[in-house]
Amino acid sequence: MGRMTGVTTWALLALALSPIGTARADGSGSVTLDATRARGQLVCGVAGTNPGFSLPDTKGVMRGIDADSCRAVTAAVLGDAEKVKFVPTTTQNRFTALQSGEIDVLSRSTTWTLGREGNLGLEFAWVNYYDGTGFLVKAAAGVKSAKELDGATVCVQPGSTTEVADADYFRLHNMKFTPILIADLSEIQGAFLSGRCDAYSTDASSLATFRYSQGPKASELTLLPEIISKEPLGVMVRKSDDKWFDIVRWTFAAMITAEEKGITSQNIDSFMDSKDPDVRRFLGLEGDLGKALGLDPKWAYNVVKQVGNLGEIWDRNITPMGVTRGINNIWTKGGLQYAPPMR
Amino acid sequence: MSDAATDPRLSAVKLAPRKPIRLSWSDPRLRALIWQIVILGVVVGIGWYLIQNTSRNLAARRIATGFGFLDHTAGIPIGETLIAYNPAESTYGRALVIGVLNTLKVAIVGMILATILGTMIGIGRLSKNWLMARLTAFYVETIRDLPLLLQLLFWYTVLQGLPAPRQSLRLGDFVFLSNRGLKLPLLEWGVAHTAAAGTFVLGLIITLLWARRARRIQENTGQNPPLWPVAVGLMVGLPLLVWGVMGAPWQWEKPVLRGFNFQGGGSVTPEYFALLLGLVTYTAGYIAEIVRSGIQAVPHGQWEAAGALGLRRGAILRRIVLPQALRVIVPPMTSQYLNLTKNSSLAVAIGYQDLVSIANTTLNQTGQAIEGIAVIMAVYLTISLSISLFMNWYNAHIALVER
Repeated sequence: MGRMTGVTTWALLALALSPIGTARADGSGSVTLDATRARGQLVCGVAGTNPGFSLPDTKGVMRGIDADSCRAVTAAVLGDAEKVKFVPTTTQNRFTALQSGEIDVLSRSTTWTLGREGNLGLEFAWVNYYDGTGFLVKAAAGVKSAKELDGATVCVQPGSTTEVADADYFRLHNMKFTPILIADLSEIQGAFLSGRCDAYSTDASSLATFRYSQGPKASELTLLPEIISKEPLGVMVRKSDDKWFDIVRWTFAAMITAEEKGITSQNIDSFMDSKDPDVRRFLGLEGDLGKALGLDPKWAYNVVKQVGNLGEIWDRNITPMGVTRGINNIWTKGGLQYAPPMR
Repeated sequence: MSDAATDPRLSAVKLAPRKPIRLSWSDPRLRALIWQIVILGVVVGIGWYLIQNTSRNLAARRIATGFGFLDHTAGIPIGETLIAYNPAESTYGRALVIGVLNTLKVAIVGMILATILGTMIGIGRLSKNWLMARLTAFYVETIRDLPLLLQLLFWYTVLQGLPAPRQSLRLGDFVFLSNRGLKLPLLEWGVAHTAAAGTFVLGLIITLLWARRARRIQENTGQNPPLWPVAVGLMVGLPLLVWGVMGAPWQWEKPVLRGFNFQGGGSVTPEYFALLLGLVTYTAGYIAEIVRSGIQAVPHGQWEAAGALGLRRGAILRRIVLPQALRVIVPPMTSQYLNLTKNSSLAVAIGYQDLVSIANTTLNQTGQAIEGIAVIMAVYLTISLSISLFMNWYNAHIALVER
């Protein structure tokens, strides 16, 4: 059972032992915000194994858009993006870890679905990556379309939406497949490369980064053109803590707004004497947006200054993997990322 | 042989008269009773609190509860099933049953093979042959010192090194070995085969009855009635005769390479084989030591005394040494069987869909972690208790009857 049971057991134990959370009268109105401030640290659940999303670099620093999403929320809440603690989770223990309060935010390439929001007592604050399920095959197999995969053996990670998406797709197209379900990412990729599976199926972003990581051998792998499902990967928080939900949601809105206004981590200080009322409110020079969220007036400044706007996060983490931004761009550039007005 | 009630030695012993419990703290029996009630009450109270608090927490966090999900359509793919499964129609309940069967499939086969291999290695360690004794000792020390998970990953990686289906190693046109597993032809099952199987079971029962009778004859008269010819005749000859009379059908469904993989025939997947191989070789290392210590626990004088009676070496081992060794061997064997069964949950690492793998997927798709873990625990508890019960029965069966 390995890692999964470890974290899950502790999380279940926490569920069994912890008293029911209620906001303190003298607090901010958010249990999670109070706890995070008291701790001086935000605990963020990530994968820790996924290049481009969350993977430690050679110095042991967690890198990726999931990791930077955690840093952005930390900067908004605590004023210092580095006061974040990353907790590696698996596809199978991630929800329990969040439900039990072991982590404050789950930022782990998790698909936003009705079932998850309805059943888990958790909700999605924002989508940080619009993705879809795809298939990677060996170029030598000569397969050009997912419709040619009848009878194929497909490597899938258990506990993912991919499992169900694949089953649905093959059922819909009257085809059969044999699933090989391996939890560990490097094991499953090894099984695919060794030829145990004909295809490796997961989110297209992961397939692209995996293919890219093969270096000169990347041309031996083909990403099939079909994207068979919608996979909006989001950042999750617990239900019943609306204030905390607001903070996470508006942290993302702030990073999009910054990109819209052309504010980056490099040039943000030059905006301090801006005449634009939107920018002045954003930077906390006017109005009380921070107070409305229960945060410091300079919360959005801290996010952009320390972590960057949404485009910077993308360029830092995903562009090196050779993936174009496409629908993940902000709305003014033809993408889906659209922030409600910050006023 | 005497009845206990009339045993003259026992009638001399008088039991102390039972005094009624006094309602006083100085009465040790009353004190013991009160302590037991208090401790039981505390344990039940803690359990009750945990259950209450968990369900209140779940309700407060609006997390779905209950076992209703077992009736929902699963929609999850399963690669290896012993009973029919269709993700479009089958329920989570059925998926979990498949998981239980897959666990049993690897556990039962594993226990049998580990016992055989472990016994051979254990006896090998006692061999007078230097090479044999050293090789088996090396095996035991190596296998026991490496973590099981590492061994499983090793076997799985080795099996992935086999050629692709198109270049598979083959035995004629029937058996293929590739990185997709071992493909075997399947006998097309007919009425004649069912009849033959039925005859085999009948033969087995008659053989067992005959063996019992033969032992009684041997005990009473000292004559040794033949057993093996009877067993072979009843369990091999008779079924073959029935099968032959019914036309001796001999049709095989051969595996054929079509598209990505072989279609038809039976198969042993690399995941199952790697798990089985890892569990068997690992557990056999421990069983070997148990068998060796069991045999060595029988005093050497037993061999010499039996030899002085004129018994042959095989007969000494079978009738004198092994019955005594088994009493030492059986109790720790139970632990090894339980370990093997529970270790099979490491299957998750190499993609064999056992109970834990399927239950994990289920709890992740439905979000009902507590129920999922409860199912896993209940099933392992049931399997383990069944193994323990059987082994305890067997242990009592072979135990020294004290007179």
